[in-house]
Amino acid sequence: MTYVIEGKKDSWQVVLGLEVHAQISSKSKLFSVASTNWGSDPNTQVELVDCGMPGALPVINEYCVDQAVLTGLSLNAEIKKLSIFDRKNYFYPDLPQGYQISQFEHPIVGKGHINIEIEGKVKKIGITRLHLEQDAGKSLHDQDIKNSYIDLNRSGCALMEIVSEPDLNSPIEAAEYVKKLRSILRYIGSCDGNMEKGNLRADVNVSVKREGEKLGTRCEIKNVNSIKFIQQAIEFEAKRQVNIIENGEKIIQETRLFDPNKCETRSMRSKEESHDYRYFPDPDLPPLIISDEKVNSLKEKLPELPDEKKDRFMREFNLSSYDAEVIVNDKDTALFFEKLVKGRDSKVVTNWITGEVFSYLKKINKDMKNSGIAPEKIGSLIDLIVDEKISNRQAKEVFHEYMKSNDDATTFIEKKGLVQLSDQSEINKIIDKVLSDNPKMVDDYQNGKDKLFGFFIGQVMKISKGKANPKLVNELLVKRLKE
Amino acid sequence: MNDFENLSISSAIEGLANKNFTSLELTEFFIKKIEKNKDLNCFITSTFDKAIEMAKISDQKIKENETRSLEGIPIGMKDLFCTNGVRTTAGSKILENFVPFYESTVSNNLWNSGAIMLGKTNMDEFAMGSANTTSFFGNVKNPLGSKVKELVPGGSSGGSASAVSSGLCLGSTGSDTGGSIRQPASFCGLVGLKPTYGRCSRFGMIAFASSLDQAGPITKTVEDSALMLQAMVSFDKKDSTSSRQSIPDFSDFKKLSIKGKRIGIPKEYMIDGLNSDIKKIWDAGISWFKSEGAEILEVSLPHTKSALPTYYIIAPAEASANLARYDGIRYGFRHNADDLNDLYQKTRGLGFGKEVKRRLMIGTYVLSAGYYDAYYLKALKVRKLISQDFEDSFQKCDLILTPTTPNVAFPIGEKQTNPIEMYLNDVLTVPASLAGLPAMSVPSGFNSEKLPVGLQLIGKPFDEISVLAAGAVIEESRGF
Repeated sequence: MTYVIEGKKDSWQVVLGLEVHAQISSKSKLFSVASTNWGSDPNTQVELVDCGMPGALPVINEYCVDQAVLTGLSLNAEIKKLSIFDRKNYFYPDLPQGYQISQFEHPIVGKGHINIEIEGKVKKIGITRLHLEQDAGKSLHDQDIKNSYIDLNRSGCALMEIVSEPDLNSPIEAAEYVKKLRSILRYIGSCDGNMEKGNLRADVNVSVKREGEKLGTRCEIKNVNSIKFIQQAIEFEAKRQVNIIENGEKIIQETRLFDPNKCETRSMRSKEESHDYRYFPDPDLPPLIISDEKVNSLKEKLPELPDEKKDRFMREFNLSSYDAEVIVNDKDTALFFEKLVKGRDSKVVTNWITGEVFSYLKKINKDMKNSGIAPEKIGSLIDLIVDEKISNRQAKEVFHEYMKSNDDATTFIEKKGLVQLSDQSEINKIIDKVLSDNPKMVDDYQNGKDKLFGFFIGQVMKISKGKANPKLVNELLVKRLKE
Repeated sequence: MNDFENLSISSAIEGLANKNFTSLELTEFFIKKIEKNKDLNCFITSTFDKAIEMAKISDQKIKENETRSLEGIPIGMKDLFCTNGVRTTAGSKILENFVPFYESTVSNNLWNSGAIMLGKTNMDEFAMGSANTTSFFGNVKNPLGSKVKELVPGGSSGGSASAVSSGLCLGSTGSDTGGSIRQPASFCGLVGLKPTYGRCSRFGMIAFASSLDQAGPITKTVEDSALMLQAMVSFDKKDSTSSRQSIPDFSDFKKLSIKGKRIGIPKEYMIDGLNSDIKKIWDAGISWFKSEGAEILEVSLPHTKSALPTYYIIAPAEASANLARYDGIRYGFRHNADDLNDLYQKTRGLGFGKEVKRRLMIGTYVLSAGYYDAYYLKALKVRKLISQDFEDSFQKCDLILTPTTPNVAFPIGEKQTNPIEMYLNDVLTVPASLAGLPAMSVPSGFNSEKLPVGLQLIGKPFDEISVLAAGAVIEESRGF
C-alpha cells in the first residue's frame, strides 16, 4: 500500500533515506585501548588520543574492522579491499582532536541491500555504503547554570555509519528498515542496537514529490533515537514540506532536529550555515587493507541471518510468514523458539511465545536475552495443556504468577490446586445445574438461538472456577442440549 | 676539571669507559656552560636536577659494567618531544605551561640508552620557521655570529643546533618536516640527519605535518650521528606510520666503502640565487667523491621547482588539522571569554604566533570546498611525481649530493617581512622530505665570511648507512 499525503491540492509521495549510526560492540575504542563500558564515571575511560593530547596518535582496533566487514557481509555488500580514513574538521568542545576520524571517499563497505517485509510484501532496500568513524564525547549543559561540562568516555568509540539508498517511502518502511537492520546487527553481534543508550541512532533524510516528479529538496533530521520517533518525525516533516510547497514556497535544504515532546521538527542550521568539513586523508593512518583471506574467514563466522532463519522456520516448522518474521526478529527469541519447539506443536509454541511470553517480557520490561526465562519453564506448562491437565485459560490466568515462582509447571498447578476437571460425571452435574437454573434460555436455544451456547459454556466454566476441561464441556453440553 | 670543550659523543663514550671522567663531571660542566650562555637562548626549560640524577645513575651503571649505548651522554631535547613531568611547549604560548604525563617514544628510547637530558631546546613555534625567530620564548642566536652581527641558527631546530654548536651539550634531537634538522645543522656547522620517514616513531612528538615530520639527531660528527640515530629509532606500534623495516647497526657505515658508488648530481638544484661560495663547495664535494673512487653522474629531478609550493600546501593543510586540538578546552592556554566562539577566537588568536596563524590560514584555505582539488589534491599528485623523480634517479645512482641551503646563516631580523623569502631557505631540503627519504647535512666548508656551509646527501629509502658513509667521506676530505 502506497503511503500518500493528501495536501490541499495534490497527493504527495515521501522519499526517505536513512543514515544509521551503530556503535560497534567492542571492548575498546576504534583508535585506542580505552574501555567502552557504558555508564562509567565521566572521563574515566579516556586514552591520550581520546582527549586529543599533543603527540597522541591513533592506532586502528582490528576487532572493529572485523565487525564492519562482518556487517558488510550481512548486508550483502561489497567489502572494499582498500579504504581510507579521513579527517572531518570542525570545532566543538566534545571533539577533542578538532577533527573526527571518519571515512569519506573510500569507505570500508560499498553497495549492498537488505529486505524488509510489510503486510506480506518484500521490498529490497539498497545500502549505499558503510563506513567506520569515531564517536564524539558528550557535552553536559545541565550540570551547572554557568558552565558546560565535557565527558570524553564516548569520545573515540567506534561507529558504523550505514547509509541507505532513498528507497524508503513511508514511516512504516523506515521503521521496518531500522528494525531489520538492528536485528541483523544483533544477530552478528556487531552492535547491541540499544537505542536508549544511543548505541543506534538515525539521521533521516526526508523529501516529498508528486507522482512522476523527480526527487524534491531534502531536509535531514539529525539523531533520532527511537523507532517511534523516526516515524513521528517523518510524518511531521513530510506534512510540513507539503504545506510549504503547496503555499508556493520552496524547501530549504537544511539540518533539523526532532523534538519528541512537541512532536515536531525544528531548523538546526541551513545549508549556507553548514560546515565545510575540509575532509582530507588522515596522515596518521595508512590506508586500511583487507585481504581476501580475512573476508573469507569472516564469511565462515557469519551466523544464520534473520532472512535465512525465517525461511527455514517456515519450511521446518510450518510457520506462517508473519509468525516466522516475529519469531526471528530477535536472535534470542529465535533460539528460545528452537529449543521450545523440540517435540512440541509449533503452532502452540508460536502462540505462547508471541502471546503470553511477549506480554510478560513487556510487563517486566526485559528482552528475551536478559529475561533469563528457561525454555523448559514454558515447555512444561505447554505440556500440561496439551495433556489436558490444565486448560489454556487457566494457564493464561496464572501465567505471570507462575513466571515469578521457582516451581516447574506440575508442582505449581498442584500447589495452586489448578488440576483440570476432566471427570465426565462431575462436569455433567454442573451442566445439569446450569440447564435447570436457566429453563428459558434452554427453550430459546432449542428454538434456534444458537448463540446462547457460549452462555452455557461460560456458566459451566464459572461454576467450575475455570477448572473444567473446555473440550469436554463442549462435547457434553452439545450432547445434553440435543437431548 | 677536564677540558670538555671539544668532546664529541664518541670521544665522551670512550672517556667515560676509560674512567677518565664521570658522567656527573661531564653533566656539571655542561650545566655551568648553559648557565654562562643564557644569551644564546638555546633552552626553553632546563632540567638540571634531573640531569644530575640521571648522571649519577649512569655513573653507577658504568661502574657496574652495565653501560648502555649512550650511557652518561648529556644531550638537549627539542621542546617538540613530550617529556613526562617536564614542561613541553613546542615553542608556543598556547602550550606555555603544558606538562605532559607521558613520554615520547624517541626521548624514551634515548633515556633507555643512558642519555642525559640537560633541558628542552628552543625552536620555532610548532616547528614552523627557518630562523628560530617564531618562538614564543624568543630568538635563538647562532654562536658563530658576533655582537655586531647576530646570526640566526636556522630553524626550526635552532635551539638544538645552537646548543651543540656552542658546546652546551654533546648532541641534540631535532625534528625535520621540510628541513628543520638539516638547515640549522648547515647554519651552525653541524651534522644533521633526517632519517627515512617511519624510522623514528612520531608518538609523543608534537605534530606539525604528520606525513612529513621525522625526528633525527644533530651532532658534531657523522659517527655521533650514527650513535644517536641508533638510540632514537624503533618500530613503535603506537605510531601506525612507524616502519617495520629491520634496523641495521648504523655504525657499520665505517665498513662501507664509497668506492664504485654512483653519486648523482641533480642539475635542477643549480637554482637561481644559489650562493657562489656554496656552489664552489658543492664542486669541491664532487671532487672529493671522485678521488675516493665514486662515480659522479648528472641526474634529473625535473619536479624540483614544484617541491616548495607543494610543501607549502601539504604541510599547512595537515597542520591546520593537527593544531585544531589547541582550543583552550582541555589543557594549555585559555583566554577568558563570553561564549564558545569567543573562547576559540581569543585563545587561538592570542595563543598562536603570527607565522603559525599564517600557515593555519593557508592550510584551512587549501582544504576548503572549491579549492581542495586545485590545491591540496594537486599537491598530492605533484608529491607523487617528486617521489617518482627520486625513484627514477636511484635507478641510476646510489646517493644524491646537493647543497643543503642556497645561503649561509643570515642576520637576525632579515627575511622577516616577506615570508616567501624565508620559505626559500627550505628549497633544497623540502624535496627529500616530500619523498620521505633519508637526508643528511654535513659541514663541508666555509664561505668568504667563515660561515659554515653544509652539503646534503640524500639516500634511498632506509639506506641511512650509505648516507652516513658518504658523510664520513666529506668529513675526511674537507680538510678541517
